[in-house]
Amino acid sequence: MTAPKPQQRDVERNSEGVDVMSDVVVPARAPWSAVIAAGRSLTITDLGGNQAVDFLVYDAHDTAVRYSAPDTIQAQGNIYLSTESVLMSNEHTRLMTVTADTCGRHDTLGGACSKESNTLRYGHHTWSQHACVDNFLAEGAKHGLGKRDLVSNVNWFMNVPVEADGTLGIVDGRSAPGLSVTLRAETDVLVLVSNCPQINNPCNGFDPTPVRMTVR
Amino acid sequence: MTTATTHGARDHARAQDGTEVEAMPRIPAPDGAVWAETVAGGNYTHKVLARGTEVRFTDLEGDACAHVLLYVADRPFERLNVADTVKVLWNAYPGAGHLLLSDQGRVLASVLAADVPVETVCGTSTLARNTARYGDGSPHGASPAGRELLKLAAAKNGLAPRDLPPSISFFKGVRVDPDDGRLTFENSSRPGASITLRAEMPLIVLVANTAHPVDPRPDYACTPLDVLARPGTPTRPDDPLWNSTPEARRAFLNTADHLTARGIA
Repeated sequence: MTAPKPQQRDVERNSEGVDVMSDVVVPARAPWSAVIAAGRSLTITDLGGNQAVDFLVYDAHDTAVRYSAPDTIQAQGNIYLSTESVLMSNEHTRLMTVTADTCGRHDTLGGACSKESNTLRYGHHTWSQHACVDNFLAEGAKHGLGKRDLVSNVNWFMNVPVEADGTLGIVDGRSAPGLSVTLRAETDVLVLVSNCPQINNPCNGFDPTPVRMTVR
Repeated sequence: MTTATTHGARDHARAQDGTEVEAMPRIPAPDGAVWAETVAGGNYTHKVLARGTEVRFTDLEGDACAHVLLYVADRPFERLNVADTVKVLWNAYPGAGHLLLSDQGRVLASVLAADVPVETVCGTSTLARNTARYGDGSPHGASPAGRELLKLAAAKNGLAPRDLPPSISFFKGVRVDPDDGRLTFENSSRPGASITLRAEMPLIVLVANTAHPVDPRPDYACTPLDVLARPGTPTRPDDPLWNSTPEARRAFLNTADHLTARGIA
């Protein structure tokens, strides 16, 4: 079976009459990447509802400087991302800022699913299933990134509560069709996305769906 | 003693033999240990350890904070994955009986004993943040950043900054508010508090001893860390830890599968 390819719509004006740089629907289970210039914005729209979007961001000119979940959490004193959250790099510099968020809360702790971690969480019967790390590796390779360049990522639209005793887990989502998050690039960045293919937990409502990426 | 001549300089250097200070490696490690070292506050160390080694970290004076990264010794692209560790274990505050997992679904180390939880949320400090908070974050300064120290430890194992993923730390704690996700810092340690890991694969261990990144005290504080490692036996299937959870059992099985195929189980 041929993997679905992202449907690129290079349009100057989208269906809402807004001038855009690019407007892409990323199919369910697929990766996506883009270089976004400082000052431009990326809007990620959850088209089908409760679709986790695994997300990494790098300094486009020095990919050793990349998103750091711990630095982001340190900077805002909170594990959840929403409007005004700044995605910080491992050198504690600003990569992107959340400028709008109609979902309300996004995950920084859960990381990406992988074939390997799926064997631990669900069993070895999941081994042939697709996973976000494979999306990151395949898409990252287009930009010269490899396994060493993968770190804990953002999970947009994914709901990961932490209980008082530290119990943490991926639970039913808080997102819905049409909810979105918008990020402004604070420097030239490379964004790497996996539209999560996970079917063993509720992060995608057990039904991975397409998401829309709009760069303005 | 003159150091104006080569012979004088040599005598001067050699006269330092046997000097003892608090923060230094003890070589050879005494009493059958394989690693015995006191790490100064604001300093770092690193070691390659055999599978089965038990390594104990002790907060000697109450203000140590060990920032730790683990790599498989001969394939360091397999390394500690903090996200998988907390997600697979279903716990953000791992303690005794928990496992530190690699990105390949295997056990790098098990936590044999711990007086304090492993801190998994906040990573380590950076040059930029320590400079903003304390006026300096350089390795040679008075308030070194954990990431700067780990870069040095990594370099001495052939690793580059891109090989440094989010790290864990021992002794200082951070709690997450269950309602709104806000962090609370806990000065959870005390003199003599310790945590003991067992290497379940051959490991490169990088350690930076420096203040926790969200320690709210305005002045940098970090005191010596003691490290003591002894040879030991990796977790076997008859160990209660092996079957402690379904996830642990599969992680140990994956580890054994990998090492058996390589002939080094």
